[in-house]
Amino acid sequence: MKISREDVLKVAALAHLELAEGEVEMFRSQLDSILSYVAKLDELDTSKVEPMAQTLDSGAGLGTPLREDVMVPCNIIDEALAAAPDPAPPFFRVPKVIDR
Amino acid sequence: MTLAGGNGTADWTIASVTQALTAKKISARELTREFYDRIAQRNPELNAYLALCPERAYAQADRVDAMISSGAALPSLAGVPIAIKDVFTMRGVPTTCGSRILEGYRPPYDATAIARLETAGAILLGKTNCDEFAMGSSNENSAYGPVRNPVALDRVPGGSSGGSAAAVAAGLAVAALGTDTGGSVRQPGSFCGIPAMLPSYGRISRYGLIAFASSLDRVAPFARNVRDIAAVLDVMAGRDANDSTSAAAPPPKALAALEQPFRGVRIGIPAECFPKGMNAAVREKVEAGIAQLERLGCTRVPVRLPHSDHAIAAYYIIATAEASSNLARYDGVRYGLRVPGATLIEMYQKTRGRGFGDEVKRRIVLGTYVLSSGYYDAYYLKAQKVRTLIARDFANAFAEVDLIVTPTSPVPAFKLGERSDDPLSMYLADIYTVTGSLAGITGISVPCGATPDGLPIGMQIYASAFSEDRLLQAAHAFEQAHNAAQTN
Repeated sequence: MKISREDVLKVAALAHLELAEGEVEMFRSQLDSILSYVAKLDELDTSKVEPMAQTLDSGAGLGTPLREDVMVPCNIIDEALAAAPDPAPPFFRVPKVIDR
Repeated sequence: MTLAGGNGTADWTIASVTQALTAKKISARELTREFYDRIAQRNPELNAYLALCPERAYAQADRVDAMISSGAALPSLAGVPIAIKDVFTMRGVPTTCGSRILEGYRPPYDATAIARLETAGAILLGKTNCDEFAMGSSNENSAYGPVRNPVALDRVPGGSSGGSAAAVAAGLAVAALGTDTGGSVRQPGSFCGIPAMLPSYGRISRYGLIAFASSLDRVAPFARNVRDIAAVLDVMAGRDANDSTSAAAPPPKALAALEQPFRGVRIGIPAECFPKGMNAAVREKVEAGIAQLERLGCTRVPVRLPHSDHAIAAYYIIATAEASSNLARYDGVRYGLRVPGATLIEMYQKTRGRGFGDEVKRRIVLGTYVLSSGYYDAYYLKAQKVRTLIARDFANAFAEVDLIVTPTSPVPAFKLGERSDDPLSMYLADIYTVTGSLAGITGISVPCGATPDGLPIGMQIYASAFSEDRLLQAAHAFEQAHNAAQTN
C-alpha cells in the first residue's frame, strides 16, 4: 500500500477539496492501484532525456510567439459580475479572510 | 419537407445542405426547424443535448436565408446545423462542462472556434453532453446523466465527447465539435460509427475551450464523412491572437487536398498496437482496413513505437497534474456554484466538494499528489521525460512512413455501467489514443466495419504534426473505397 488515509487528507487539503468519509477510503484504494500502475515508468532509464512540457517546436516557426504589450479597453465589470454568486459591484464578495 | 435522400433521418451532409439551400428546395430556417424537431423526438432517449439555443440558431438561419435571397456568395458552412460540446463558451448560452459546479453559468464571450464557425455561416443548435470537464471515456461521468449510443441504446457512446458523437450519429446535427485530450473524440467516433478527427496541437485556437489539460487539449470535429470534417477544420484552423499556443503554421487546405491524387503513400503498422489476445473483431476489421489501403496503392511498412506501453501512465500523470491546476479556478467566487462556509477556505472546500463529481475529484487528488512536494520528480518530471520518448518514437517512425495505422479503441462500445466502478480499467482503454495526444500529432478515427453484433469499429490513422492535408486525403480515399465495398 503506497497511499495512506493521511496522504489523501493532506492532498485534499492542498486542493481545497472537502471529501466525505466514504470518499476518503474510496480514493485511497483507487489512487493506490493507479499509482502502483504508473510505477511502471520506473522501468525506463530517463537520466539523459529532457522533459517535454509542450509539443510545439519553437525552431520551426510553430512555437509560441510573444506579442506586443499593448493596452486595450477591457470594460467587462458588469458582464463578469453577472455570473458571480455574490457580486458587490465592482467587486466579488467573499467570506471574511482577515480577522482583526 | 422530406429529406434529400435515403431513410429520412440522418442523411444531410454539408454538400447536400449547400445544394438544397442554393436550389431553394429548403430554407435555412426550415432546415433548422427540421433538426430541432428531430432533437425533440430523439433527445429524451439519447440525452445527447444539454441545452439548445434556438433564438441564436434561427437568427443565424435568417441571416443565411437573407444572403440566399440577395444572391450573395455563400460561405462554406452556410446553413449547416452543428452541435457544440458543452465545454466551449458561447455568449449567453448555458455552459456547464457536464458539471454541477457550473450549473446555470452563461459565459460573456464566444470561443474562437465558435466565432469562426458562425462567420462561415454555420447554425449552432446547442450544447452537447459530455463527461464532467471532459474527464472520462464513456460519458457516464456527466452530472446530467449518461448519453446512450444511438447504434445500441444499452451501450455507452464513448467519451468524453459522447453527446456530440451521438448527435451526429443519430442525425441530430450534420457535424459537431468535441474536444480530444487523450482520445475524447476519436474513441466516441469509433463507438458511434462516424469519423472523428484530432487536429495537431496548436492547429485550432483553444480560446474559450474550458481547460482540462492545457498541453493536451484540442478542439476536434465529428461529421458524417471525411469531406465534412475537412470543411469544418479549414474554417476553424489558424493562428489566433487570443491563444499563444495556436500555431503560426500556414493553415491546412484540407478540402482542396481531398481532390489531389492519392498514391505512393507508405503506411506504418506498429506491432505494439496489435498484441496477441486483442479483441478478434477489432483485429479483423482494422487488418481489413489496412488491406483496403494497400489496394489503394499504399505500401505497408512495419514500424516500432517501443514506448507505447508506458503512454497511459505518462498521460494520466500529466493530464491530472494539469487538471488539478486548471480546476483550481472553480472556487465559488466568480461564477457557478457557491456553498456557504464560515471562512473563505471552508467556502472553497465545501463548494468544490459538492460541486465536483467523483472522477473530477479523483483526478484533482491524483494530480495534486503527483505535483506535491517530494513527489514532483518521481511522477510529474518522470512522465514529462517519458513524453519525450513517446514523441521521439513517432518522429522516428515518421522518418520511414507517411502515416501510421492502429485500432482506435481496443474494444467496441461497452454496456452502460459495465466499467464505471473501475477507473484504472477505463483508463487502460485509451491505449491507442493517448500516444498521439502526448506527441502533439494529428490523427483520425474512421469507421472500418462492425462486430458480428453490429457494433462499429474504428481504424485510427496518424500523421505527423501539421500534416492534416495528407491525413484527410488518406482517410477520404479509404472511406470512399470502404463505402463502395459495402454497397457492392
